Amino acid sequence: MRVPNVFRREVGLRTREALQGYGFVLIWILGFALFTLFPLVETFRYSLNQVTVTAEGIRLSYLQWANYTRALFTDPSFVELLIGYSIETVVSVPVVLIFSMIIALFLNRGFALRGLFRTIFFLPVVITSGPVIKELTAQGAASAPGIANVPAVVEFLAQLPRAVRTPVEYLLTSFILILWFSGVQILIYLASLQKVDKSLYEAAAVDGASGWEMFWKITLPSLSTATVVNAVYTIITLSHFSENKVIRYIYDQTYNVHGGIGYASAMAFLYFANMVSLLAIVYLLLTRRTKKESA
Amino acid sequence: MQVLRHPIAYRLRSILFGGRARHGVVPSAVLYAVLFAIGFVYLYPLLYMFITSLKSPADLLNPMVQWVPTEFYTGNYVKAFRVLDYPRTLAASALVSVIPSILQTFVASLVGYGLARYRFWGKSLILLLILATFIIPPQNTVIPQMLTYRRLGLLGNPLSLILPALLGQGYRSAIFILIFYQTFLSLPRGLEEAARLDGASDLRIFFTIAVPAAIPAYIVSFIFSTVWYWNETFLTVIFLEGGVTTLPMQLSKFVQAYENLYPPGVVNIFDRLNEAVKMSGTFLNILPLLVMYFILQKWFVESVERTGITGE
Repeated sequence: MRVPNVFRREVGLRTREALQGYGFVLIWILGFALFTLFPLVETFRYSLNQVTVTAEGIRLSYLQWANYTRALFTDPSFVELLIGYSIETVVSVPVVLIFSMIIALFLNRGFALRGLFRTIFFLPVVITSGPVIKELTAQGAASAPGIANVPAVVEFLAQLPRAVRTPVEYLLTSFILILWFSGVQILIYLASLQKVDKSLYEAAAVDGASGWEMFWKITLPSLSTATVVNAVYTIITLSHFSENKVIRYIYDQTYNVHGGIGYASAMAFLYFANMVSLLAIVYLLLTRRTKKESA
Repeated sequence: MQVLRHPIAYRLRSILFGGRARHGVVPSAVLYAVLFAIGFVYLYPLLYMFITSLKSPADLLNPMVQWVPTEFYTGNYVKAFRVLDYPRTLAASALVSVIPSILQTFVASLVGYGLARYRFWGKSLILLLILATFIIPPQNTVIPQMLTYRRLGLLGNPLSLILPALLGQGYRSAIFILIFYQTFLSLPRGLEEAARLDGASDLRIFFTIAVPAAIPAYIVSFIFSTVWYWNETFLTVIFLEGGVTTLPMQLSKFVQAYENLYPPGVVNIFDRLNEAVKMSGTFLNILPLLVMYFILQKWFVESVERTGITGE
């Protein structure tokens, strides 16, 4: 049944290519169904039920949205923790972005100790883990050296309204930790800086632009994609970090008599929704900004 | 102003502040000063940890001793070594980070290759879902997995971490798939097409041509994967608790483990748990990673700049 038809053969090649492609990604599709999609749907189902763990398995009794309303309106700590997390994230993202951009700009210049500094600034990526951070914070080693304990600063902070004080305090006490989350971002900025066309700077220099002008008109617009990538990466890393207070709370509630799996699942979804809206807000802010700039 | 026009003054000015041909001394000095300052702040927690871990109980109580301990005291390390049950937890950590990493890297390269080289329906949907797996927080999927593992009797078994890695759903698998996707997109197809014309099968082409060309991506992915698995504690605690104890897991229950070994009512006051012992434990925890980092730092930093992790 071999038909030497060009059209047929073309179709055959296309199908063959697609089948081979599916062959390569099949293992991932299987894994996605088993380890992501199915558990995600199950967790959602738990979140609508009261879940009791028994010797044979689990028993569900349908509650509609009761777990969700409980988390949002009855639970005294969940919403507060969620707001705290959102504020901390919103404060941390610009700090990480600005810091990693400055360091990347430094490292992008050729100078003698470049390798040493690159090693230093990337080090936290390698050693940052929940328990290590917890020990360091407990010892007060994570705050910007000394600043948070200076009496004048403490007094000044005490006079601020609470809404302003919390973020500022967070910034002071965990300043180094925030910086420690910038390792990968520095690399992404560096990679992006090295792709900028050098002739742009030469042309600008011929036209008499200063370094300051070149930064705002050439460097910053070229880094816009990297900035979006970095912002998203920062939010996700901070939100998945195992010492995150909301995550700890959800985890504790899972094994709590009064909480249980159903309640914890509902909170997990609320947390997820909150994180996605943070991502969306930051994404929109950054992309609108860059669109305006290029217009 | 007259002075500045003098040739020598002019030379001096160009040396100090830089001119067309060179960076001046002053901007360089400022640059180094700023970098050293930031570097110090950045390393401050590590320095603090290391110094504190070397302090003897007497030094800890002495307010005069800040940065230089009066003696080289290793007693904290001896205690932390015992409390952490170091050889056993170290081996456990190595086991549960290296094996999933190997599998995860290999599977990510297969998937990345499939996405980069073949046209098929639903490819963009799969890419979107891969990104989604990166965004979905682990606590939204962990409970059903845990219950399933419990039913299968796999809780506490390293298989509970190995199986997801084997199916491309390991810790941060999405990043590695995207790295390989980028890498294979940027590699030329010519050699692979020539091999296909010569009748080589697709799998053979993948193993003999694509894999050797992507070795740097494999090394980078493997190293990062190992480090991230090593430091991951949320999933490891839930899946391995009661079976395998990794180093970070043991560190997180350091106080309890310490009091089991050195009961507070029995030992003398100098053997009570203090921050120096805790810091020794923390330092022992990151020591293997530090060693690995300084040996392999070329791969950590330089190749990331080259493998295009940015994913534009």
